[in-house]
Amino acid sequence: MTSSDAPLKSSKTPANAYDAIVIGAGHNGLAAAAKLGRSGRKVLVLEAANAPGGATRGREFAPGFRSAGLAHLVNRLDPEVARDLGLTLTAKPGHAMPTAVLDGMNEPAVLRGAYGETIDGVTPEEAAAFSRLRDKLTFQAGILKRFLRRPPPQLGAIGIGDVSTLMAAGIGLIRKGRAEGRDFLRMLLMNVADVADEYLDDGRLNGLLSFDATLGIHLGPRSPTSLLGLYYRLTGEVDGRAGGQFIPEGGMAAVAPAFLKAAKGAGVTVRCGARVGRILADRGSTRGVVLTDGSELTAPVVVSAIHPQATFLHLVDPAETGTAFLRAIRHVRSAGNVAKLDLALSRMPNFTGLTGRDHAGRIVIVRSMTHVEEAFNPAKYGEFSQDPVMEIVLPSLADATLAPDGACTLSALVQYAPYKLQQGWEAGKPAFLKIVLDILEHHAPGLGRTIVAADLSTPIDIEAEYNLPGGHWHHGELQADQLLINRPTGAASGYATPIEGLYLASAGAHPGGGISGLAGWNAARHILAGGTR
Amino acid sequence: MNALTKPLNATEARRTARNHILTPRLETPFHPRLVALDEVNDWYNWAGYKAPHSIFDEELEYFAIRSTAALFDISPMVKYRITGYDAERYLNRLTLRDVRKLGVNRVHYTAWCDDHGHVLDDGTLFRLGEKDFRLCCQERHLPWLLDSAFGFEVEIFEETDEIAGLALQGPTSHAVLAEAGFAGTERLKPFDIASFAHEGGAVTISRTGFTGDLGYELFVSRAAAVSLWDRLWNAGAEHGIRAIGYSALNRTRIEAGFIVANADFVTAEAALRADRVRLPDEIGLDWLVDPDKPNFNGRRAILDARRNQTLKHILVGLEIEGNISAEHAIVYHRGKREAGLVTAATWSPTAKRNIAIASLTRPYGTKFVDDLWVEIYAMRELSYQKMMKRAKIVPRPFVKLARRTVTPPGLR
Repeated sequence: MTSSDAPLKSSKTPANAYDAIVIGAGHNGLAAAAKLGRSGRKVLVLEAANAPGGATRGREFAPGFRSAGLAHLVNRLDPEVARDLGLTLTAKPGHAMPTAVLDGMNEPAVLRGAYGETIDGVTPEEAAAFSRLRDKLTFQAGILKRFLRRPPPQLGAIGIGDVSTLMAAGIGLIRKGRAEGRDFLRMLLMNVADVADEYLDDGRLNGLLSFDATLGIHLGPRSPTSLLGLYYRLTGEVDGRAGGQFIPEGGMAAVAPAFLKAAKGAGVTVRCGARVGRILADRGSTRGVVLTDGSELTAPVVVSAIHPQATFLHLVDPAETGTAFLRAIRHVRSAGNVAKLDLALSRMPNFTGLTGRDHAGRIVIVRSMTHVEEAFNPAKYGEFSQDPVMEIVLPSLADATLAPDGACTLSALVQYAPYKLQQGWEAGKPAFLKIVLDILEHHAPGLGRTIVAADLSTPIDIEAEYNLPGGHWHHGELQADQLLINRPTGAASGYATPIEGLYLASAGAHPGGGISGLAGWNAARHILAGGTR
Repeated sequence: MNALTKPLNATEARRTARNHILTPRLETPFHPRLVALDEVNDWYNWAGYKAPHSIFDEELEYFAIRSTAALFDISPMVKYRITGYDAERYLNRLTLRDVRKLGVNRVHYTAWCDDHGHVLDDGTLFRLGEKDFRLCCQERHLPWLLDSAFGFEVEIFEETDEIAGLALQGPTSHAVLAEAGFAGTERLKPFDIASFAHEGGAVTISRTGFTGDLGYELFVSRAAAVSLWDRLWNAGAEHGIRAIGYSALNRTRIEAGFIVANADFVTAEAALRADRVRLPDEIGLDWLVDPDKPNFNGRRAILDARRNQTLKHILVGLEIEGNISAEHAIVYHRGKREAGLVTAATWSPTAKRNIAIASLTRPYGTKFVDDLWVEIYAMRELSYQKMMKRAKIVPRPFVKLARRTVTPPGLR
C-alpha cells in the first residue's frame, strides 16, 4: 500500500479545506469524485449550475415538457466504471434498443441487437455483408478498447503498464491470424466511406455507418481517418456487447442521479450554484480554488472536470502556465457541429413504415454515405446543411414524466450545424429549424401540426448552457491528432497537468466524450496511484 | 513611385512590396557616417543589417575601446517595446529574473526560455517607466512574445528599425558625453538609465555595454540618429574617439566573459538538432534563474533538471597556454577523451592571457576539472599546425576594470 492509498486525516482540517476539489458535477466529475471519495478522501464537488449532471442535466424547454439534456441515449457507459462505482443504470429488460434507418423511399432498415446483430428490411446478402463488416470492426475496436481504461503512455516515461497494454494489443492483433492484423493496420486511418464501400451496397447501411462515424466530429465520411469515429462508437458496449445502446430505466433523467448517488455514497459533498472563479496556483502548483463569490476553498488536489480550455484559459492565471502549453490549449479544435432539437408534441409521431414498437428505438434519417458527405460539405465553409442528417429518440416513451399525459417529446441530434456559422446563428437558427422540421414532417407526416413547442440548441446555445467552449460535447475534436498522448495536448495528456496538483478529468481528457465515465474514473485512479507526470 | 503613393491595384501593391529585394541588406541610420569613415570595406550581416567587422584596423579599434573611446553602431540589435498594465507581470512570466525588482530607469541582463527550459535568447531589459519596457536581444521573437501575451494586458511591437542605437565605450566615454553637453551623466551608476534633450527630442542614455569597460548605450529616434553621431564625434575629437566594428568589440566581450546567442550557445528556436538546446544552467546563466519569484516559462523544467541532476553541459572560462587563439577547438580531458568545444577565444591584450569560453559536457567541468587540453589547428600556408595546449578552468570575467563601476567616472 502506498501512502496515497491511506485515508488522509481529514477530521482535523478546517471547514473549507478538502483533500480534493472537483470542478464540475458532470458525470465525469462525479465519477472522479466518487472514486476519490471511496479512498477516504474528503472530496468536494463544485458545480456552477443549480443542479448536477452537466450535459445530462435536464431542463424544462416548454411548459410541461422536459428534456433530459444533451445526451438522449447511453451507448458507452463503461461496465468496469459502473461496477466499481456501483452505478445502477440498466436497460429495461427485454429487447435491445433498435436503430431504424429511414431514407424516405424504402421501408426502414432496422438494426436489432447490438449494432445490427440482425437487420430487418434489407436483402439477406446485404445483412450477411453487414455482419461480416460488423464482426471485423468490432474485433478491431476491441484492440483499441484496452487503451481507453488507462492513462495514455507518457513519452519519455513509458511504464511497465504501458508496455503490457501495447503487448496485449499486439497479441490481440494477431489473435485472429496475420491477415486480420494486417487488415487492421490497413484500415485504422482509412475513411469510413471506403471501408463501407468494400462491404455494402445498401445506401441506408452505408449511410448509418457514415453517420455514426462522424456524429459530433468535424469530418465527412470521405475525410481521411473518419473510421476512427466508428471505432470509438464500437468501443462502447452494453451488456457486454459492442455497439449496443439503451435508455436506462427511468429515462435519461436517471443518469445524473445515478452518478450523484455514487458520489454521495462515497461521502462526497456536492455544492451546486457554486461557480469557480479561479484556480489558485502559485509557482506551478495549486492549493485550491476561489469561487466567484470570493470564498476560498483549499485542497492539494484540484480535479477540473470541465473543458480544458475553460480550465486553462479562464480559471488558471496564464502566468502560471507556459507560453507553448497555453498556445496548444488555445489551439485545441473544439468547434461543435451538432444542433440539439427538443420538440414538444401533442401526441406521438408516426414515422412512415416504422412499427409502433420501433419508435422507442433510435431513428436515424440518412439516405446514403453521399447524403452525409453532402451534408458535411457546407459545414466546411461555415454554413449549415440544407439537407442535414439526424438521430432521433422519443424520450418520453422511456420516461413518461417528461411530457403531459398523451403528449410526447422528440429529441434529435442534427448535423451539420457548425459553431462558426458565417451568417451567425441569430439569423441562421430559424432557417435551420425550418429545414429540420420540414425533414421531420416528410418522414412523419402530420408531425408539424402536433408541435406544441420547438427548442433548437445550436452549438452557440450549447456552449452557453453547459459552459462548453465551441458547444462541442467531446470537449475538443475527437480526431487522430487530438487523441491519446495528444488529448487535449501533450503536456496535459496524462490527466496531470503542468500545474502540480491540478488534474483534468473531463471529456477533453483521454479517452473522450460520451457517457462512459472513463475520463473521470481514469483521472481519479491516476491521482490515487500517485498522480505525477 | 514613392512609398506614400497609393497603389493602383493589388498587382501594383504586390510589385511595390516586392521592392524590398532591391535592398537585401538594410542600412542602419548611421550608415552614411560609417561609410565615410570606412577604410577596409569589411561588412557582415547582423540581423539583416549591413554592419562593419572593422572600420580601419581591428587591433587599433580594440585599443580605442580599452584606451580612449569607441563608437559602435548597435542599431541592428533587435528591440521590442512592451507597454501596458500587465507589462511587469508579463515580463516576469516571460523572463528568468524577477522584473519586480527592476526599478524604473534601470536595466538588467536576463534570458528567456521555452516551456522545456531551453534558452530562447538572452538580452537586456530596460525599464523606461512603471509600465514601459524595452527588450533588446540578438534574435527575433515577435511570435513568441505575442503568444506569451495571451491573457495579459500588454502591447508589444518591434522598434528595431525606428530606434537607432550607439554604444560609446571606453575610459574616455564619459568625458565624451560631458563634452557633448549631456550634463548629469556623471550620476549614472552601472545599469542606470536617464533621458537627455537632443535636437528637440530625447536621447536615452544607459550606463551599459558589452565590453566590460566604462561605457554607455544611447538610443534615439531614427530621424535624430545622424545628428547624435555628429554631436558625439565632434565632442570626442579631443578624447580619441574612434568608430569600431564587431571584431574589436568581440575581443572585449570575451575578455568580459559575456556570451553571444548562436555563437556560444544555440538558441532553442534556431537549433535543428535535438541535443543542441541548452538550459540556463548549461550556459552559465543559472544565476539569472529566480525560483522564488512567480512562475515563469521553463521554471519546472529547470528546477527538475537541477533536482534530478540531468544537466548535461556547463559553460566555463579557459586560460590556454601560448598565444594562439583556440577558437572552435575541441577540448580534451587527459589529452584524449573529448570534453567539449571552445565557442569563443582570443588573445587578450589587456590580460596578457590566451583566453576562451568553452562548452563542456558534464561531468567534465564539474567533476573533472583538471588535466584539460585544447587541440588548436592553426592554418599556416595551406598546412595545419596542430597544437595540443594545456587549458585551465578560470573564473570569468577574464578582465575586470575598476573604471567600469566607479561613479562618478573619470573625465579623461
